[in-house]
Parts: sequence; structure tokens; C-alpha cells
Amino acid sequence: MDNNEQKKLLRMMLLIRRFEEKLVDLSQDPQKLGGMMIVCTGQEAVAAGVGAALLPEDVIITNHRSHGHLLAKGAEPDLIMAEIFGRRTGYNKGKSGTLHIAVPEVNALCTTTVVGGGIPIAVGTAFAAQYMQKDYVTVCFFGNGASDEGSFHEALNMASLWNLPVIFICENNIYSGAQRMEEHTKVKDIADRAAAYAMRGEIVDGNDSPAVYEAVQRARQDCLSGAGPVLIECKTYRWGGHGTADQQLYQPKDEIARWKEQCPIKGLKASLMRAGVFTEQEFQQFEIEIGHIVEQAVQFAETSPWPDPAEALEDVYV
Amino acid sequence: MQELTLGQAVNQALREEMSRDERVFIAGEGVGVSIHSGPYGATNGLLEEFGPRRVKDTPVSEAGIAGLAVGASVMGLLPVVEIMFNPFFTIAADQIVNHAAKLRYLSGGKSKFPLVVRVKTGAGIGAGCQHSHNLEAWVAHSPGLKVVMPSTPADAKGLLKSAIRDENPVIFIEDMILHFVPGSVPEGDYTIPIGVADIKKPGRDVTVVTWSKMLGAAFKAAGQLEQEGISVEIVDLRTLVPLDEATILESVEKTGRLVVLHEATRTGGFGGEIAALVAEKAFDALKAPIKRITAPDIPVPFSKPLEDFYIPNESSLMEAIRGLL
Repeated sequence: MDNNEQKKLLRMMLLIRRFEEKLVDLSQDPQKLGGMMIVCTGQEAVAAGVGAALLPEDVIITNHRSHGHLLAKGAEPDLIMAEIFGRRTGYNKGKSGTLHIAVPEVNALCTTTVVGGGIPIAVGTAFAAQYMQKDYVTVCFFGNGASDEGSFHEALNMASLWNLPVIFICENNIYSGAQRMEEHTKVKDIADRAAAYAMRGEIVDGNDSPAVYEAVQRARQDCLSGAGPVLIECKTYRWGGHGTADQQLYQPKDEIARWKEQCPIKGLKASLMRAGVFTEQEFQQFEIEIGHIVEQAVQFAETSPWPDPAEALEDVYV
Repeated sequence: MQELTLGQAVNQALREEMSRDERVFIAGEGVGVSIHSGPYGATNGLLEEFGPRRVKDTPVSEAGIAGLAVGASVMGLLPVVEIMFNPFFTIAADQIVNHAAKLRYLSGGKSKFPLVVRVKTGAGIGAGCQHSHNLEAWVAHSPGLKVVMPSTPADAKGLLKSAIRDENPVIFIEDMILHFVPGSVPEGDYTIPIGVADIKKPGRDVTVVTWSKMLGAAFKAAGQLEQEGISVEIVDLRTLVPLDEATILESVEKTGRLVVLHEATRTGGFGGEIAALVAEKAFDALKAPIKRITAPDIPVPFSKPLEDFYIPNESSLMEAIRGLL
């Protein structure tokens, strides 16, 4: 991955970070947004690395912690923000809110909050690629907790049986709700579960966005050459709680501090600066641009109209 | 006209739609090579005709099968997947109720999920309650789905074609006893619109609203009551969602009496919805209380006399009707 591409990764991670931080702020103020926000702070490298490896025609299916995935796939911050605010101008006219944003414009076709619910759907979108002999892949994001769901196992078995072009991205942030890995499964690495379905499983440092990018590139090639599917486990960490209402009583403070030291943004920034290809000044320029993008998104959302109540009745059937 | 069973009529609709449109494929447990293979099987012979690309035998993974349909349909394919027996629907329910039904709404009307889930249903096959359990009310209670339950082979063929061509998710529920019952079916291509009930027999004194296998009991009762001078009108819903309210209300306004007859259990059954509709919108036309004839609130029992007791029949229907006059 060349320097410019790495800088793009860094910029995307920063956009995701500032977007999510803004949501956390706004959620504290009932006059602004209020309610619980589920954010991906600390996990930005997965979204950015995957997004960079995909083409516009590639499909993503994602979960409750989706904002980063959607931004990295190319969704517009303004329209995501407006959806989170429940406004008519949002991607889904206020029908989805923060939890279920679908962006068909960038082939982000399903964001589901049913844990594991998207995994069988990814098998379906991948099946369609094979059936129509089209060269796109499907990426399905889910957490370590979802790998305990029956849907995960049914879907991986079917995907493997039919050699479908689908990349299963497990974002292992150590927690499944309030349960640590060792409390929800005896399996040490979720990637090991691939072996049960005669599928290639790979572990990648989920805080290293170029590494995520490269792993997804390889998996994408595998899928397009008929050697898919692939399960990639990205080891990362959720800095915050499940959502903003979570008091994080179960997350040791020293553990959070340790992972913050491994901040994916800090890491890539330092690496680029060490290589002498990036400056603090450039980073500050990113901050200014992104600060503007996020402020603009909030302003767009806040000034957008609410839907009429009667619009609730629309969009159920074709 | 040709004589086909409901199973054969479904088979013919699938064959014709697969020939007509390359986007149509079928998937499920044993839709190709089956433990239930036979000349009346709904997917019999399709593997030989269309090959394994379009006739996908799946693992025993109901959630996976339903998810396959959701994902394939949003990409523009027209999946027709099979859930072997209605009780197994429960393990596919997340995909159908939370995803197939809701994802269009969640997209703000941008995405479409033109899929069909075929479900075999009904008591009377001696297989007990985990193979026989009519759950149509569950899906009717999930906005975003259409629910079709044909009672005749001709309706099954025309309605399945409509279901496949419909841009919404359709749950198509086929009674297993009816699978083996023959009837006249028009040759060639025709459709029957979803959401239109059919007056299977006109009458004067009482309206019987029913669907699927219970149409047979309604006809038997109507035939016998005719000899007693009681004229029964039989409304076959064919589609539960969207519901053809106008046909039901017009019939009740004419007869002034309503009996709802369904095989599913009573509490929370779809019959309550029909009763409520008529009570709300045609109360003044009623000359007698609304009656429901349903299975009792028990699981489908195995033993023959117990299973026969479970399934509503013409005797209980006739008794109810006589009580209204």
C-alpha cells in the first residue's frame, strides 16, 4: 500500500473517530440528539481498511456498530447524520435511525441489529454474484458475539459448500455485550471457527488498517478466483461501552488505557511520520477539514425537516 | 383444462416461471433430490429440467435458506425457497420477520425483496405437532409480508405466479393434504391477483369465511344445509395479507350472518381478525353473533382419533350455522 493510500486510510479513520465523538457529545444533550448511540471508537482501522479494499460494486452487510463501515464504503456524512437525527433527508427518511441505516447507493444493503442476522443475507448476496456470474464480493461485518449465533454457523457452512464470494469480517473487540471472550466461548480465536467449515480463516491486527486492507485484498482475490469464502478475524477493542448508556463497569480501566495506547489512528500517524512522508501540519489539516465535514453534517441534520407522521405508513410495500 | 393436484399445480407454476424468467431459482431442503420425492411433489422433476444452478438443494439450515432468499432478492434475483413444514418456519423466522419484512421499510423504500417462501402446512398427515401447525397468523401479524393460502389447484397455480412476479416478500402456504387433491387447472400462463378473495359458492343466509383446506369442510356443510333450506355463501380468502375486506363485508351485508372457519388454533388465530373487521364495519348488518370454528388451543395430536378431533369439520360448522338461524 503506497503512502498516499495510507494517508487516505488515516483520514478516513479520523473522519470516523470525529463523527462518532460528535454523536457521543450530542447524545448527552436531549435538546440535540439524546438517546443511546452505538459507536465504533477504537475500531476505526477495520472499517477504513475494509472500505479501502472494496470497489463500488462490492456489497457490505453490517451490524449495529455500522457508522464507520458506511462512511468507509462511501456513504455521505450529511445523509447518515440526518438519518441518525430521524429527519426526512436522511438516507432512509427517518425509518432507520442510528441502528439500521441502509445505503443502497453504495451497496450497503443491510444494517441489522439482530446479532448475526446479516450473515445469512450475505450468503444470499454472494449467491447472486455467483448465479449471475458477476465480479463483486460481499463483505459481512459482525462481532465476536455473533459467532455464537446459529445463523453464523448455517451461513458459513452454506457459503463454504457453494464456494461463494463472501468475506466474513469478525471485528473481535473482546466483548459480547458485557461478556468477555472467555465468558462467551472457549474458542480463543474466532478465525479457528473457519476450519469447521473447511474455509480459510485468518487473524489480522484489527488496529492496523493497512494490514486489514491487505488481508481483505487477498480475500477479495480469493473470492473472485472461486477460492472463497474467507473468514478474517480483526483483533481490536471497543473503547466505549456497548452504547453510550453503558457504564462499562465490567471493563477494567487499565485494559482500556492499554488499548488506547494502541490507538489505530495514533499508530498509523506515527508510522507515516517515522517514514518521513507525513507531517503534523498535514494531520492538523485533516483535523480542520474533518471538523468542518462533521459540523456541516450536524448542521444539515439539525436544519432538515422532520418527516410528516403520515410518512410512517409509506415504504412498507412496493 | 387439465386435472392436477395442488402439488402438481405448484410444480407447473414453478416450471413455467423458471422457463419464463432466468432470475427465478428455487432452493430448500430436498427441492432437487428429496426424501419425499413423488409425482405429486411440488418440485418434482425441476432439477432434471433446470439443473443444479437453479434448483439448489440446501443443507438443513432454515435460517440460512431464508437469508439466502433475502440476500439474493435484493440483488435482483427472484428466489422461491421452501420451508419444508410450517413448524420449521420458527427457525427461519428471524430472517423472514425481522429482515424480509422490514428491510424495505428500513431502506426508506429504496430496496426491494421480491422473494417467495413456500411453506407446507396442515394437520391430517399423522406426523404430530412439530410437522403440523398452522402459523399463518404469525406471518399475517408481520407487516411487510404478503400471505397467500390457496385452497384449489387452479388458485395455487395462478397465485404462485403472482407471488413470484410480486416485488414484495410473499409467504405462500400450501396444505399438505391438498397437495394430493386433484382439481381442474387451466392450461398455460395465467395469474390470479394477490389480495382478492373468491366467492366459491354464492348463498343467501350465512357467510362462511375460510381458506386453504377448510374450504372442503365448508362445501360439505353447505351441501347438506342446502337440503335443510339453508343457503350458505362461501368466501375463500385465498390471501390473508392484503385482506380483501370489501368482499367479506359485502357478503356479510347480504347474509347478515358470519362464521369464520379455519384449521389453525383459536386464540390469536386469523379468524379473530375477520370477526373484528365485521364487528367494526358491518355491525349493523349482523342478525346474529359472529361464530368462529377453529381447532382447539392444543398442539396437533398424533393418534388418528385425536388428530381427527383437532381438525375442524363440517359437523361443527353445520351446528354453528344452525345455531345462528
